[in-house]
Amino acid sequence: MSTSEYVGQRRPVTALPRPEIVLHGVRDRPRGWLEWLTTTDHKKIGILYIYATFIFFLIGGVEALMMRLQLAVPENTLLAPKAYNAVMTMHGTTMVFLFVVPVLAGFGNYLVPLMIGARDMAFPRLNALSFWLLLFGGIVFYVSIFFHPPEAGWTMYTPLSEEAFSATGGVDAWIFLIHLTGLSSLLGAINFVATIHNMRARGMGWARMPLFIWTILIYSYLLILALPAVAAAVTMLLADRHLDTGFFNPANGGDPMLWQHLFWFFGHPEVYIMILPSFGIISEVVPVFARKPIFGYKAIAASTAAIAFLGMLVWAHHMFATPMPAVVLSFFMLSSFAIGVPTGIKIFNWLATMWRGSIVFKTPMYFACGFIAQFVIGGISGVILAVFPVDWQLHDTYFVVAHFHYVLFGGSIFGLFAGLYYWFPKITGRMMSEGLGKASFWLMFIGFNTTFLIQHSLGMSGMPRRIYTYYPNGDWAAWNLVSTIGSFILGIGVLLTVLNVLLSLKNGKRAGNDPWKANTLEWFVPSPPPENNFDVVPRIRSAEPMKDIRRDVAAAGTPAGSVYQPVAPGT
Amino acid sequence: MLLLAPAGALADFISPESGGSPNADKIDTLYKIVFFIGVAIFLLVEGLLITSIIRFRARRRGPEPVQVHGNTPLEIGWTIGAAVLVLVIAGITFAFLGPIRHAPNTTVSNLSASEGVQFASAPQVSNPTSKKALHINVTGMQYIWRFDYIDAKRLTENRPVYSYFRMVVPTDTTVIAKINAADVIHSWWIPKLGGKADGVPGYNNYTWFKISKPGLYKGQCAELCGEGHADMRAQVLALPPDQYRAWIETQRNELLASQKALAAQRKAGIGQ
Repeated sequence: MSTSEYVGQRRPVTALPRPEIVLHGVRDRPRGWLEWLTTTDHKKIGILYIYATFIFFLIGGVEALMMRLQLAVPENTLLAPKAYNAVMTMHGTTMVFLFVVPVLAGFGNYLVPLMIGARDMAFPRLNALSFWLLLFGGIVFYVSIFFHPPEAGWTMYTPLSEEAFSATGGVDAWIFLIHLTGLSSLLGAINFVATIHNMRARGMGWARMPLFIWTILIYSYLLILALPAVAAAVTMLLADRHLDTGFFNPANGGDPMLWQHLFWFFGHPEVYIMILPSFGIISEVVPVFARKPIFGYKAIAASTAAIAFLGMLVWAHHMFATPMPAVVLSFFMLSSFAIGVPTGIKIFNWLATMWRGSIVFKTPMYFACGFIAQFVIGGISGVILAVFPVDWQLHDTYFVVAHFHYVLFGGSIFGLFAGLYYWFPKITGRMMSEGLGKASFWLMFIGFNTTFLIQHSLGMSGMPRRIYTYYPNGDWAAWNLVSTIGSFILGIGVLLTVLNVLLSLKNGKRAGNDPWKANTLEWFVPSPPPENNFDVVPRIRSAEPMKDIRRDVAAAGTPAGSVYQPVAPGT
Repeated sequence: MLLLAPAGALADFISPESGGSPNADKIDTLYKIVFFIGVAIFLLVEGLLITSIIRFRARRRGPEPVQVHGNTPLEIGWTIGAAVLVLVIAGITFAFLGPIRHAPNTTVSNLSASEGVQFASAPQVSNPTSKKALHINVTGMQYIWRFDYIDAKRLTENRPVYSYFRMVVPTDTTVIAKINAADVIHSWWIPKLGGKADGVPGYNNYTWFKISKPGLYKGQCAELCGEGHADMRAQVLALPPDQYRAWIETQRNELLASQKALAAQRKAGIGQ
């Protein structure tokens, strides 16, 4: 392939003429807010996803701070027991179902077609349906605060969530949230699979797919495999509650353990659904800022698949304290240990990518380093919890709360923030402020670790999770206060990023096509990308197409780094 | 190992509670072994990360980094290393599993401990070899624990002596607790006496402890069970065997007396 295919007439991006597309019967596009309501453009849908889920993230964060305020001092009366249980249930549900899972779908929506060189997702209207199902799932759930919010925890263990013990409609609102967001995720996942399998640019074989795309693909397969279990479970719960069936109700011959098996058969893959795309973000960000190719591309892609496979086989490690035979516990301990191996491979591959690199410390790289530093703690505490005799002591304590926040906040959300800072210039055409970004990182890093490190000790000294108050027992008061102070530092850190987004949308520096000298195809198009994404899709010759293009441009005599959108029809 | 030394002050800070019962002590030791392996991994990863951050920072006019794509022997090496490490942890766990699950023999002889029963599915207990243990049924209900002393002298033939909130047990005696729940799921947990066991309606779960030091051991329900979850505390009071027997006798007499009083009230027409 000759370089002229995409070098073409070298005109800067800002002066690009729109391509002429000949179509029959084009309708006028609605303008203003109606455009956002009716859009089927994957980029607009992605932005809708990201906005909506970040609003849910802020609501969930406020709920977290309410809990930390209540626990700041012993025997606090700020929140009544029922209110505390409601806030706790809404926090967990919001963060899992309305933030982490769908925000990854949002990033995936925006980025997948751009990274694989496609015009849009495979099914654009289905894509819009996915978003609106998600939003209405969130609304159905949140209107319950005007009636009776659910109080049985995000895991909704039976029989507590049965009608006899949770008679109000809160649990039903939760069930409809699971159905609506589940359907949303399922349709979205099918869309991702169809898009990634069928619409990749010429030359982009499996071994040249960006690692973020690998993780979105496997995230989608996991959603397709795991969601039916929880959809069935919540339907059975709904029938138990209103049709007097007895699936989970021992009084009617049902089995409360069945709920736990079905829930965690979904719930543990859900953990990997929430972390794998963040792994993908880190695998994109680290090589770009270390100025080195990713170390062991195939190992990282393969370990993603291995984690997903093993992740389907570990669900009962959430149930080590229930009456189950020791041989079953041993199986789930060993399968949980096994996940440590592919996870370790990823961590060492990222470290090897940084090793002997030439690391440029922009905000995305700060968050990526924070991710690695914190995720490894969550990984180690995960191995400790998998040792089932030890879990008998640690299960359902603040140690577990600390563990999964190290994985989900220290891991997933830090990865997500790396992605936000990394792709914001592509999505908006503007750079975010580095100063505010780094300040936000440091506050979040310090706040996060202050909040959650001490919670390991709280759990080990006997503090169960999900209690609305506690007696001044030993050091609990002091440690809880430390945790609460940390949570507010963390909150301020998050707000700085929100502020950064709002300021940079208007006043950020112009980004240009490729501000980071990145490796993947989305940086080939203008920022923000035109509606049709690509006028010409370059042929892919490696896993780092932009590096190839920069090299070709340099060879053709233009300064490296100034990439031009091709105007002449290409491949 | 230095960290192990000031165990008294740091016990609850870096490892689970212990000191009440041998299974809790074994779990504590097992935790510390896995924890120190974890600390080694932590130091390795954070060390490599911080070294990279400091040493490989981009410098002005620095050389372009070598474009390495991977190193197969190295990658196979750390894959095998990680696999060996988790196998080692698995081996250590199975070595500790016996002493954690296996209830030891009761050390005092003159106690009316009954024959042990075999448990169909009891991950946390295997019977003491002597088959002698004191059995207590523990029932969780919103929001209190009930204890039935099934091995002690009964109130009437089918009705054991019972108490709520505080369980009283003899020292130096292996106590096997059968855990279940009357309404929703609860979780029995006295941190110093070993791991928790969920009480699931329709299931029996088991755990054991053997206390050598008389005293009060505290805990609370560890599974969300409703609005009173945080108040669902529990205590185990360990008394020397003769005092335990005296307590059972007193408790039995009080329960019988209160029943008699109620019957007398009915006859007298009080509380109609």
